[in-house]
Amino acid sequence: MSLISPWRADFPGILALAAEGQTYLDSAATAQKPQAVLDALLGYLAGGAANVHRAQHLPGERATRAFEATRDKAATWLNAASREEILFTRGSTEALNLLAYSLEHLLQPGDEIVISALEHHANLLPWQQLALRRGLKLVVLPLDAAGSIDLAHAAQLIGPRTRLLALSQLSNVLGRWQPLRELLAMARTHGALSVVDGAQGAVHGRPDMQALGCDFYVCSGHKLYGPDGVGLLYGRNQALAQLRHWQFGGEMVLDADYQSARFRPAPLGFEAGTPPVSAVIALGAALDWLSAQNQAAVTQHEATLHAELLAGLAARQGVRLLGQPQLALASFTIDGIHNADLAHLLTEQGIAVRAGHHCAMPLLKSLGLSGAIRVSLGLYNDGEDLTHFFDALDQALELLR
Amino acid sequence: MKLPAAAEQALEAFTACPGWEQRARLLLQWGQQLPTLSEAECCEANRVHGCESQVWLLAERQGESWKFRANSDARLLRGLLAVLLARVNGLKASELTSVDLHDWFSQLGLARQLTPSRSNGLQAVLQRMRQLIQTEG
Repeated sequence: MSLISPWRADFPGILALAAEGQTYLDSAATAQKPQAVLDALLGYLAGGAANVHRAQHLPGERATRAFEATRDKAATWLNAASREEILFTRGSTEALNLLAYSLEHLLQPGDEIVISALEHHANLLPWQQLALRRGLKLVVLPLDAAGSIDLAHAAQLIGPRTRLLALSQLSNVLGRWQPLRELLAMARTHGALSVVDGAQGAVHGRPDMQALGCDFYVCSGHKLYGPDGVGLLYGRNQALAQLRHWQFGGEMVLDADYQSARFRPAPLGFEAGTPPVSAVIALGAALDWLSAQNQAAVTQHEATLHAELLAGLAARQGVRLLGQPQLALASFTIDGIHNADLAHLLTEQGIAVRAGHHCAMPLLKSLGLSGAIRVSLGLYNDGEDLTHFFDALDQALELLR
Repeated sequence: MKLPAAAEQALEAFTACPGWEQRARLLLQWGQQLPTLSEAECCEANRVHGCESQVWLLAERQGESWKFRANSDARLLRGLLAVLLARVNGLKASELTSVDLHDWFSQLGLARQLTPSRSNGLQAVLQRMRQLIQTEG
């Protein structure tokens, strides 16, 4: 019997795509949104938009209340110690750039920033460029064959010169939970700050800031079944206090003169200009929706789908997985077949998967690949989606072989 | 403007295709017939950037008209290059700038291969083609 998703009916996007003959298996790039998120967006925009934190009029007050309610929801959802630990950004990428600029003053030439070999460009390039600006050393932790950060190597590379450790929780290419507990402990031992890129990880398990014990954590609304243009930056209270302001403008200022100004502390001091009000409000609806689901059932469904995906791939001749994916996605190449050819023929058959370097060029290069195909799953995918994918894959391989 | 003979042939073959599968088979066949480039010609200078597959493109002036040669490591892209070259080879510079290649791919039922989100590199090939005839023209 084909695996059914009890959440699928809540997602007009996945249903519309299916009606159009499109099988959406690219949720690691962006996810479809539940009806509740669409309702929240329309409810705010159609009910009368207003700017937040500025006006005493009723629409402004209502918008501000809804906007700030998302901060509470995010704090609860991430199990942060307080709502002041939640900053709104435009997404994970902006959150990581914010950190790379706001922490710059703490770093001196010769200091070391440690990342891993599997980082998405968003958690590589801001640190690489910071290292170039300040004369820092960027240390890259190697992976084991399965695609996890190698702890023995990490123990040698994370040391007294390490000032900052920035790691992905779940790789967008290799689909493995990284051993963050051990790695964050190493950072703490050496007094280094820690940053966790949760863009993928936040989607597939409930992140718990107090259990994880990192200094900063970032994630994106659009992958989390929420709107695009908004992301979360969690910062532990003491860690946030070390940030210098980075973007300047409206509503982040306490007092301004022509020649000088004083700025608000976090969170508002790091939310310069008009924030994405509608997206923040709709993100609140996404978090409400997620909180109302049975997380154990979601995890079980995703695990069953993932096992079917891996079994189907293993049954096809010449398929080579990148690493040993544990959940959410699988990236692969096929012996003797060019990725571009396969991607072309899957697209022709209405299969929406990702092909290419997945914004992790150094990782792909280190594996000796110019690209790979990635199938990624959302909680709305079902057994039929996988059947479509494998039928299309077989058809493509028949043409190409 | 009269179509080059190879283009007539492509148009006839592709418009007779009832579906994606036959079109894909045809692209693979056309790709197979694309003359190979020498190893020396597959160099960095001839490489078209902006493609995830490797693509090389060479342009040569023969009297008033242009002759292009191209190849790729991806087989379907090779087919797309073949039908592109079928349309443009032998045209004069003035004809080349006025030929509507989007329309050409549409006529073949391959319009989607040219949309901006596609990373197959066909867009980059067209851009490179324009650059080559400007600098060498």
